[in-house]
Amino acid sequence: MTSYLLRHLQVLFYSLGQLARTPFASLVTVAVIGISLALPAGLYVLLDNMQRVSGAWDGAAQLSVFLKRDVSERAGLALAQKIRARPEIASVNYISREAALAEFKRLSGFGNALNALDGNPLPAVLAIRPASPHADAATLARLGKDLQAMGEVELVQLDLDWIKRLNAILDLARHGVWLLATVLALALTLIVGNTIRLAVLGRRTEIEIIKLVGGTDAFIRRPFLYSGLLQGLGGALCAWALLALVLALLAAPVQELAALYGSRFELRGLDVSAGLALLALGALLGWLGSRLAVGRHLRAIEPR
Amino acid sequence: MIQLSNVCKRYPGGHEALKNVSLALADGEMAFLTGHSGAGKSTLLKLIALIECVTSGQIMVNDKNLARLARRRIPYFRRGIGVVFQDNKLLFDRTVFDNVALPLVVCGVPHKEIARRVRAALDKVGLLAKEKMPPITLSGGEQQRLGIARAVVNKPPLLLADEPTGNLDPELSDQIIDLFHDFNRHGVGVLIATHDLRHIERLKLRRLTLKDGAIVQDSAA
Repeated sequence: MTSYLLRHLQVLFYSLGQLARTPFASLVTVAVIGISLALPAGLYVLLDNMQRVSGAWDGAAQLSVFLKRDVSERAGLALAQKIRARPEIASVNYISREAALAEFKRLSGFGNALNALDGNPLPAVLAIRPASPHADAATLARLGKDLQAMGEVELVQLDLDWIKRLNAILDLARHGVWLLATVLALALTLIVGNTIRLAVLGRRTEIEIIKLVGGTDAFIRRPFLYSGLLQGLGGALCAWALLALVLALLAAPVQELAALYGSRFELRGLDVSAGLALLALGALLGWLGSRLAVGRHLRAIEPR
Repeated sequence: MIQLSNVCKRYPGGHEALKNVSLALADGEMAFLTGHSGAGKSTLLKLIALIECVTSGQIMVNDKNLARLARRRIPYFRRGIGVVFQDNKLLFDRTVFDNVALPLVVCGVPHKEIARRVRAALDKVGLLAKEKMPPITLSGGEQQRLGIARAVVNKPPLLLADEPTGNLDPELSDQIIDLFHDFNRHGVGVLIATHDLRHIERLKLRRLTLKDGAIVQDSAA
């Protein structure tokens, strides 16, 4: 087992050496892979950031439950208590009819007009915040329906349309990113495949001789697979670096823009796990591309 | 060791290189395969090393029926045969040592063992002093001996050689053939294709003569 690992390690270093022998060609390949990976990765980061922005808005989603006018304060508080017990609710704030009136007077500037009325026209309100800051539209809608069904409730108001629309746009963008990523992954596989194909053809004589002295296909394939894997990995590293660079360049303008909206929003790059996933994906695609190319061309090279 | 029964080989285009050839070479036997160029010597060796496939007939080598050998088993089969080529087929971007080590490396022989056996093989052909040199710096005779060292390094029971003395002067070619004879005395089966009749008369070994793809003479000279 150790000798098996040792042999693989030797092949790994041998492949690294081969790549280092043609630094320019290797760098160009790695750069091309890097750019084709950076594109979908960059869009992913963009979406991730947009989701965080819209997530903050989602969290602000609040349900206003207007109670029937004949519901007493005690009954209202009891209802608030009951709703607060539900798991999907973060907080319930009971605003009594008097408090509502006071607030309305203070905020609307119609205080005097209200004085002219003989009674308090305002109902009591329960201001409800859902527990999860990322509560999605469907959950909120279901909650609203449940509340509406309660006997004490006159009206549930929740404005979800814009959240729905935004989510739909994000969803569309996400699908777009996946499609683009798939196409670029295919391109990347072909790029690596082509590089490896040239490498295979360039070492035709060597392959022939190795076959003559009894080298198996797996033995011949191994250095090419490592070479493809290393190129994919290098490309992914390049993409990560490229992305970090772009984000660093954008950080200041984004902060400025956010400041204008009174937000402390900051661009977030790839976190470690997403970065590692990118590296793994690059390596995998590199391996796959070289596997396809080598498999096809190895059979064609037979000693004569 | 080698048994051919009614072997025919026809190349695409219709050229018939071998016609109904049957022969047998016993374990540890040494024989020369002669004939004019184009008589089918190389084709015969290629069929035995499974570099080419028969059109019809059957070949048994090292107790294996070549027609029934799965493609993925071919490398393992080839490890049992040392082949010396007329053009040597050396790797010119690797040292003498690495060229000889190749058959051991592909078998996954441990590092220390490789060094020991490569040096033994190089010593045998008199190239030990040049192990670190690139093959391009060697003379024609030395390159030929390097090819032989590579063919014998993993101690195959059978050696095939295609014109191993092709363009060497008589003294050098005697050395090469004597080298094969020496391996044969240690129990290795040897089949040498050559058009140099001098060796055959010198060593008094079995001689198989091919003409136009057929065996016309089989004599224990």
